[in-house]
Amino acid sequence: YIHIINKADMAASKGLKILVGCKRVIDYAVKVRVKPDRSGVVTEGVKHSMNPFDEIAVEEAVRMKEKKLAGEAVAISVGPPQSQETLRTALAMGIDRAIHVEIPLAQLEKLQPIHVSKLLAKVCESEKPDLVILGKQAIDDDCNQTGQMLAALLDWPQATFASKIEPSQDSKQLRVTREVDGGLETIDVSVPAVVTSDLRLNEPRYATLPNIMKAKKKPLAKMSPDQLGVDLQPRQEVISVEDPPVRKAGAKVESVEDLVGKLREKGLVK
Amino acid sequence: LLPQLLLRRRPAPAGAFALLARPASSASGGLPPLTTEIHPGIKRGAFSQLTDADLSAFEAIVGGDHVIKDADEVLSYNIDWLRICRGQGQLVLRPKTTEEVSAIVRHCNKRRLAVVPQGGNTGLVGGSVPLFDEIVISTSRMNSLLSIDPVSGVLVAEAGCVLEQLDREAASQGLMMPLDLGAKGSCQIGGNLATNAGGLRLLRYGSLRGTTLGLEAVLPTGQVLDCLTTLRKDNTGYDIKQLLIGSEGTLGIITKAAILCPARPKSVQLAFLGLDSFQAVLDTYRLARRSLGEILSAFEFIDSESMRAVKQNLGLSCPLGEHSFYVLAETSGSNETHDREKLDGFIESVMSMDGCATDGTVAQDAGQFAHLWSLRERIVESLLVDGYEYKYDVSLPLADIYRLVEHMRTRLDGRVIRTAGYGHLGDGNLHLNFTTPKFDAKVLELIEPHVFDWVRDRRGSVSAEHGLGLKKSQYIRHSKADFAVRVMAEVKRLLDPNGIMNPYKVLPDE
Repeated sequence: YIHIINKADMAASKGLKILVGCKRVIDYAVKVRVKPDRSGVVTEGVKHSMNPFDEIAVEEAVRMKEKKLAGEAVAISVGPPQSQETLRTALAMGIDRAIHVEIPLAQLEKLQPIHVSKLLAKVCESEKPDLVILGKQAIDDDCNQTGQMLAALLDWPQATFASKIEPSQDSKQLRVTREVDGGLETIDVSVPAVVTSDLRLNEPRYATLPNIMKAKKKPLAKMSPDQLGVDLQPRQEVISVEDPPVRKAGAKVESVEDLVGKLREKGLVK
Repeated sequence: LLPQLLLRRRPAPAGAFALLARPASSASGGLPPLTTEIHPGIKRGAFSQLTDADLSAFEAIVGGDHVIKDADEVLSYNIDWLRICRGQGQLVLRPKTTEEVSAIVRHCNKRRLAVVPQGGNTGLVGGSVPLFDEIVISTSRMNSLLSIDPVSGVLVAEAGCVLEQLDREAASQGLMMPLDLGAKGSCQIGGNLATNAGGLRLLRYGSLRGTTLGLEAVLPTGQVLDCLTTLRKDNTGYDIKQLLIGSEGTLGIITKAAILCPARPKSVQLAFLGLDSFQAVLDTYRLARRSLGEILSAFEFIDSESMRAVKQNLGLSCPLGEHSFYVLAETSGSNETHDREKLDGFIESVMSMDGCATDGTVAQDAGQFAHLWSLRERIVESLLVDGYEYKYDVSLPLADIYRLVEHMRTRLDGRVIRTAGYGHLGDGNLHLNFTTPKFDAKVLELIEPHVFDWVRDRRGSVSAEHGLGLKKSQYIRHSKADFAVRVMAEVKRLLDPNGIMNPYKVLPDE
């Protein structure tokens, strides 16, 4: 699959079309509990919200629109019916329209980045975005795979862990600064491309009331994996999910003498 | 990995996730003046002086490690959280059990030694610290959670348990503590009961007078009063625990409490609105009560001066533009879809109402939720940065609430750094604060008794939730009939014949 865009000066063009991925995850402030049967974690009745890295991706897309680098921003979410709320949040932040690829509950738990990236690749075939921005990883599985897999499936360049996105010197490409172990790396990528957002890319805005109201009227299209012709057969089987080992409680002592006594007992001081 | 990084990128919210920081030394540098210097008229009562024999007796009761005599250590127990009081107590005792408290108090009563019960020391009216050489009895070591019944929702705890920790324990059983205040990381449940603390969610869950099912306390004679029932209904005789609730430590030391905890809400939503007149605030409140009804759990207002303090002094950012007023409307319920629908309805009404909020936001995740609440919860802290804070907490008819702020702002124009008004609008409770770089007696003269007289003339309360403590005891008759005050004095005499329990507080000197 090859998608070539007119390599005209980016500033003069109508602006990039951006596709942003949003995942609905357990809110980062929630204390996650393992199910008693150890098959997974408790999600029933637990507060969910947009994956924080995806919020950053949405914010970046909206900012690029405001800077006239982008013309249209579309949000997409692969998930259960409640993912619609996540998309409404994206719309309330300034995204133009949304796509919901609804996954039936039975298949949700077995959904893996390989499936999601295939679904996204299919959508890219019809939507033809110039730029796909995804969060670098989701805070529930920490996979950090979907963006990379998507780029490979589309044979597009990828710029992951982005902390800055701007037009390149000659305005014909995107210059992306990446967070790497050794510090920062700056690369130029041609569009179309896949970029994944890192923490320092931006600070997401609060959705304002007028935008929250407007979001209700923005288009939200529904699709199914069957329509997209993607097979969701699981490739992995979760055997068990467990809590990390509990830290053994320390002992509180009431005085310095007690402390020295206990240290002596344990043979840690003479 | 992720949670720490994510929390770092938002300003650290106080209250919910952190202990309320003690303010740095006041702008005047160093220690607050001795309370006896600010109130030279108060004379030390006819109490005995501490002797070595007393010290030995206390050491025998709590053990040498928990008798604190060292001047540096004792100093922190003598200074209140606002740093407007400094006592001259020489001794701090830290008992572990009710029996130890009872033995200490019995000894003090026999010897006529004055005592001050102290929990988290977060009180705002100087009620939790000594004035002269009263002995501080700290409940901090009495911090065991005794039981939680997930079916009835009854939680039984020792008085020294920190409120936020109790809330965490309750959360593990799907429950929550029925009160919430900015000091939650430091305040103790015993102190909350003793002061009948109100807080942010009184609007929804009611006051401690309703949610406290029972308590155990040591009376000033040293006798243990066991009213620690966990029954929801018990109409057998006079409800003596109600005397102790709100008595601010002057009728006894609460040692255990049984609290009825509501179910923890599954869905909590927060709307933050910018408004341009106080009338719009009142209209929004009426709208909230109509459209949000039974799920409304908090309704707070903040004026522009308070928001400026939080932004300038603490560096917090406000997601809305400049407005004269801001409102926080929180909902708590058991069904997210149902609550969001109601909130959407409320927002639509608010936006279509004439002159009402057009600027606002709804928290999209826990981080935004905590940040928006911090704009309200950290106002007190932010005002302290100015230097010296004069705090007032009054109940007024809703229409009068902001009139008082405007009136005082005009009266004190040019004499103070700022006049800030904010508070629990839903309860008719205004928090009114003035700040100056250092304590200024002339400014205090301009404020008191004028502000209390203004409130009295409109039949309000001169202390809605903070209590009288030391700072407001002389104004009790502004909100209570003289005969009522005399009956209170009789009760005090009955329970505390030697007057040793937290003297100089609550009831006026007579």
